Amino acid sequence: METGKIIKVAGPVVEAEGLRGAKMYDVVKVSNQKLIGEIIELAKDLVTIQVYEETSGIGPGEPVFSTGMPLSVELGPGLIKSIYDGIQRPLDLIRLSKGDFISRGAEEDAINRKKKWDFEPVLKKGDKVISGDIIGTVQESSIIQHKIMIPYGIQGEIEEIYKGKFTVTETITKIRDRQGLLQEIKMLQKWPVRKLRPYKEKLPPFEPLITGQRVIDTFFPIAKGGTACIPGPFGSGKTVIQHQLSKWCNAEIIIFIGCGERGNEMTDVLLEFPELIDPHTGKRLMERTILIANTSNMPVAAREASVYTGITIAEYYRDMGYNVALMADSTSRWAEAMREISGRLEEMPGEEGYPAYLGTRISSFYERSGRVKCLSNDDREATLSVIGAVSPPGGDLSEPVTQNTLRTVQVFWSLQDKLAYERHFPAIDWLTSYSLYLSQLSEFYEKEINKDFIELRNKSMGILQQEAELEEIVRLVGVDALSTHERLILETARSIREDFLHQDAFDEIDTYTSVKKQFLMLKLIILFHETAEKVIVQGVNIEKINSLPVKSNIIRAKYIKENNLKKFSEIEKEIICQINSTTT
Amino acid sequence: MIKEYLTISYVAGPLIIVEKTTDVKYQELVEIELSSGEIRRGQVLEVTEDKAIVQVFEGTTGIDVSDSKVRFLGKVIELPVSLDILGRIFDGSGRPIDNGPQIIAEKKLDINGNPLNPYARDYPNDFIQTGISSIDVLNTLVRGQKLPIFSGAGLPHARLASQIARQSKVLGKEEKFAVVFAAMGITFEEASFFINDFRRTGAIEKCVMFINLANNPAVERIITPRMALTCAEYLAFEKNMHVLVILTDMTNYCEALREVSAARKEVPGRRGYPGYLYTDLATLYERAGRIKDKKGSITLIPILTMPEDDKTHPIPDLTGYITEGQIILSRELHHKGIYPPINVLPSLSRLKDKGIGLNKTREDHANVMNQLFASYARGKEVKELAVILGEAALTKIDKKYVKFADKFEELFIKQSEDENRSIEESLNIGWQLLTILPIEELKRIKDEFIKKYLPKDTLKDEKINAITR
Repeated sequence: METGKIIKVAGPVVEAEGLRGAKMYDVVKVSNQKLIGEIIELAKDLVTIQVYEETSGIGPGEPVFSTGMPLSVELGPGLIKSIYDGIQRPLDLIRLSKGDFISRGAEEDAINRKKKWDFEPVLKKGDKVISGDIIGTVQESSIIQHKIMIPYGIQGEIEEIYKGKFTVTETITKIRDRQGLLQEIKMLQKWPVRKLRPYKEKLPPFEPLITGQRVIDTFFPIAKGGTACIPGPFGSGKTVIQHQLSKWCNAEIIIFIGCGERGNEMTDVLLEFPELIDPHTGKRLMERTILIANTSNMPVAAREASVYTGITIAEYYRDMGYNVALMADSTSRWAEAMREISGRLEEMPGEEGYPAYLGTRISSFYERSGRVKCLSNDDREATLSVIGAVSPPGGDLSEPVTQNTLRTVQVFWSLQDKLAYERHFPAIDWLTSYSLYLSQLSEFYEKEINKDFIELRNKSMGILQQEAELEEIVRLVGVDALSTHERLILETARSIREDFLHQDAFDEIDTYTSVKKQFLMLKLIILFHETAEKVIVQGVNIEKINSLPVKSNIIRAKYIKENNLKKFSEIEKEIICQINSTTT
Repeated sequence: MIKEYLTISYVAGPLIIVEKTTDVKYQELVEIELSSGEIRRGQVLEVTEDKAIVQVFEGTTGIDVSDSKVRFLGKVIELPVSLDILGRIFDGSGRPIDNGPQIIAEKKLDINGNPLNPYARDYPNDFIQTGISSIDVLNTLVRGQKLPIFSGAGLPHARLASQIARQSKVLGKEEKFAVVFAAMGITFEEASFFINDFRRTGAIEKCVMFINLANNPAVERIITPRMALTCAEYLAFEKNMHVLVILTDMTNYCEALREVSAARKEVPGRRGYPGYLYTDLATLYERAGRIKDKKGSITLIPILTMPEDDKTHPIPDLTGYITEGQIILSRELHHKGIYPPINVLPSLSRLKDKGIGLNKTREDHANVMNQLFASYARGKEVKELAVILGEAALTKIDKKYVKFADKFEELFIKQSEDENRSIEESLNIGWQLLTILPIEELKRIKDEFIKKYLPKDTLKDEKINAITR
C-alpha cells in the first residue's frame, strides 16, 4: 500500500503528496482514522481527494493510504432489504457497532460474509459459458431469486460446479478460461460505481411501468426502461409520489435513493415498507427493495456518490433479467453536492455556480436506464427505469438542474404548488406535464386494456385543455357568458380533476387503482358528458343535469374495490337512464 | 505544549491568516491574544503545511499583524454540559451572562455533533397540542418535528413562538420538558420579550438560553445554534427530556455565513450565499428528531424573516426543502388584526398524517382538515374573482363560500394570545363553520362523520358571538 502525506485540508477536500502510482478515482484512506476518500484530481505528485466523512481534526502531515481500487460496490446475495449509506456502508450494522450517531471511520462489510446461502446450480460441468451467463441461483428473499452470473471478462468451460450452502466468498464454480487458466467464481463480485455495467444491446421500450396512480398511468405514462423527472417546489408532494411509485409500481426490484433529503423520510420508508403488501406478489414490499440513505446531514461527498452506488446495484439486478425501477430523491441535492465540491476545487463555475460538466453528468446518469438485451448466451431482456425528483430553488424551472434534466428525460411530471395548496394530490399539472412514450405505449394500452383507451384519454385531455381556455373567459366576463355546452365542459373538466385525477395516497382503496379500473372510471365521466351533450341540444337545463343523483356515484367510484368492477356497468346504465329521463 | 505564533500575515473581514504553522488541524479551536491582553476565539477554516486560515468569532477589530499572538488549542469547539444548565442564560459562544457561576461540566461535547444514523431514527408521531387551532387542526405539530415559522419584518412571530413554547403539551402525558432558546442577531427588545415571558410563566426554570444580540459579533452567530442543538441533544438523548428548540432569527445566521464566505472569496451561489448553504442548514435542522429506544426528543422551531416576504429567497427556500413543513405568516391577515396571522393555505406540516386520527386526536380530524382547506381555498378564489367582476356576478353558492372564508379567518384562525384551545374545541369550531356550506359540498368528509359531528342547525350570529366571547 502506497502512503502519502496530507498538505492541505479545506472541508471535504484534502490535498496530499507522495502517493505514487495513484490513479484517477482511486479510493484512499485519509489519516490514521482511515476516513474514506476518492482521488478527484491528479497533478504530478499532488493529488486532490474528496473525503466522504467529516474532516475536522485532520491536519497536514498526517498519512494517506492508497487502496489502488476505484470506488466500487459489492454485489451478491444479501443486498435486498438492506439500507446503505452513499458509499454502501450498511447503516443497520453501523448502528450496532457505533451507536445512534455515525462517528467517523466506521467500516462494515456491505454484504454479510458469514451467512450461508443455498446455491442451486443450473449449469453443469463441461458447459461453455461467457460473461453474464447464469450459472445458478440463490433464494435471496421470499420473492427474489438471486441469479449468480459469470463476472464480466471471464469466459471458458465449467471445470467444476458445486451445489449446497456457501458463504459469498467461497468458490462455487471453477472455470477453465481460453488461456487454460483456472478461474474461481464466487458469489461476491465488485464493480466500480462510475462505470456502467455492459449489456449486449439496447432496445426501445414498449410496455408501461404500471404505477396505480391515475394521472400517471392514464395521462402521462412512463415506459419500463424509461426515464422520468418530477420537479416541484417544496411541499408539492415529490416525495409522496416517489414513495407511491416505489410502493405500487410493477417493477420486480426497487432501489430507493434518499439523496440529501430528510432523515425522517427514510425512517418512514423503513417503518412502512416491511408492513405493506405488494399487490402484485402478495408479499411484503421490503422483500424487493434496497434503500440507499444519504440524508442531508450526512457528508456531502458521499451524497455525490450515492446515486452511482444506487444505479450500479440497479444495473446488477437488471443484468439478472429483472425489471428494476430506481427512484432518486432528489437529484438536485446530488447536483448541489457536485457544485459544493467543484467550488472547493476552485473550478471555473458554469451557470449559477454549478460546474460546467453538470449537464454531462446528469444525462449520463439517466442514460444508464433502458430496456436491454443482457450480456449472456440466453438473450434475456430486462429493463431499468429511472425516476428522479428535482427540487428547483423557488420552484423556478429555468434553473440549470431542471433544464439539464428535461433535456434528457422522456417524461415530465410537473408539480404545482397551487394545486398542492388546494390539496389536489398528486399535484401533477395536467396542462404542462408530458410523456414522450405515449405513441410507443398506445399499442399496449389498446391491446391489453381496451381498444378505446387512447381515444378516451385524448378526449379527456381535450376537455381539460378547453377548460383552461374557458376559465380565461370566465375570469373576464363571468360564467353567465358561457353557452350551456361550454358550461357542461367546465363541469366535466371539474369532474375529471376531482373524481379522477385527484387521488388520496393515504386512503386504503384509493392509493392504488388498476389500469382497468382507471379506464372504467374515466369512461363513466366521459359517458356522462357525451350523454348530457345529447340532451342539452334538446334544451335541458344544465343545473338539472348537475343535480342528478348518479353524480355522487361517479364521485364515489374511486372507492369501488378492485374485485367489484362489475359495479361500473350498473353505474353506466344508471347514467344513461337518469340523463335521458331529464328530457321528459 | 501549546505553541504561540506571532505570524499573522493578513487580516480581512472576520478572517486572519497565520503563517509558519505546524501541526494545525482543520476546525481546531484558536485563541488570539491582542496586544491589549484581550482574548478572542476562532476556528481553523483551511489549513496547509505552513499556513492556516482562521475565522475569528468576535470580529477582527483591533487585531494587528505585529503583536497579536495566536494559539492553536488542539481541540474543536466544545460545550460543557450538566443538568445545571437548565435555567441559565449564556452568550452566543456559551459563556454565562446571568451573573451565575460557571457550569461544572459533567462532560464536554463537540458542538458539531455527528449525523444521526437514519436507521436509528424513530418516526415522530406524537401529537403536540399547541392550543392554536390553525396549527393543531391544519398544520399539526408532532414531537421530533422541525417546523419553521416563515415570517416577515414586523410580524408577531416572537409572540407566536412564545405562545407555542408556553402551551405545548402532549395529551395525557406528564413528561420532562425543556426549552432551548437560541437568539442570533435579534434586538435587545425581542430577546428581553422572550426572557421576560419565560420568567413570567416560570418556564425559565426549564429553559436554556443562548443569546447573541444584533450588536454582538456576527460570526459568533455561526456557533450559537450549534451550541443550542448540542445542549438539546444532551438533554433529550442523555437525560430523556422532551426538548423544544427555538432558533431565531435564521436569516441573521445565514447572513453571517455569507459574510465569512465572501471574506474567503468563495464562488457564490444564489444572491451571494455560499453554495453549501443547504448542507450547512441541514446539519442544523436534521439534529431534530427521535431515536429508537430513547425517551427524549428534539422538536425544532426555527424562525426566519423572509426578506421582502419572498418565499423563494434562498433562506426560506432551502429551509423549506429541509424542514418538515412550514408555518407561514401573512401580512394581509396581520393588517386585518388577526392574531396569529397564519396563512394556512401555503403552510404545511408534512408529519401530520401520522400524528392525527383516532386515539391521537379524533377520528374525523383528517377529513375536517381537508374539507376546511379545500373550502377556504375555494372561498379565497371566489373573493379574488369578486374583486374583478363585482359581488353581483357571484352565484349563490359562491357567496356562501365567501361567507365561509370570512368567518373562518374570524373564528378559526383568530384567537387571543393566552387562549389555549383543546383539539376538541378547535375541531368543533371547524364543524360549526362547515354548517355555512350546503351539505353536498362537504365532499371530503365521510358520511358517517357528517352524521356524527355536523351540528344540526346552521351557524347563527348569536352562536358566533358565543364562540368569540
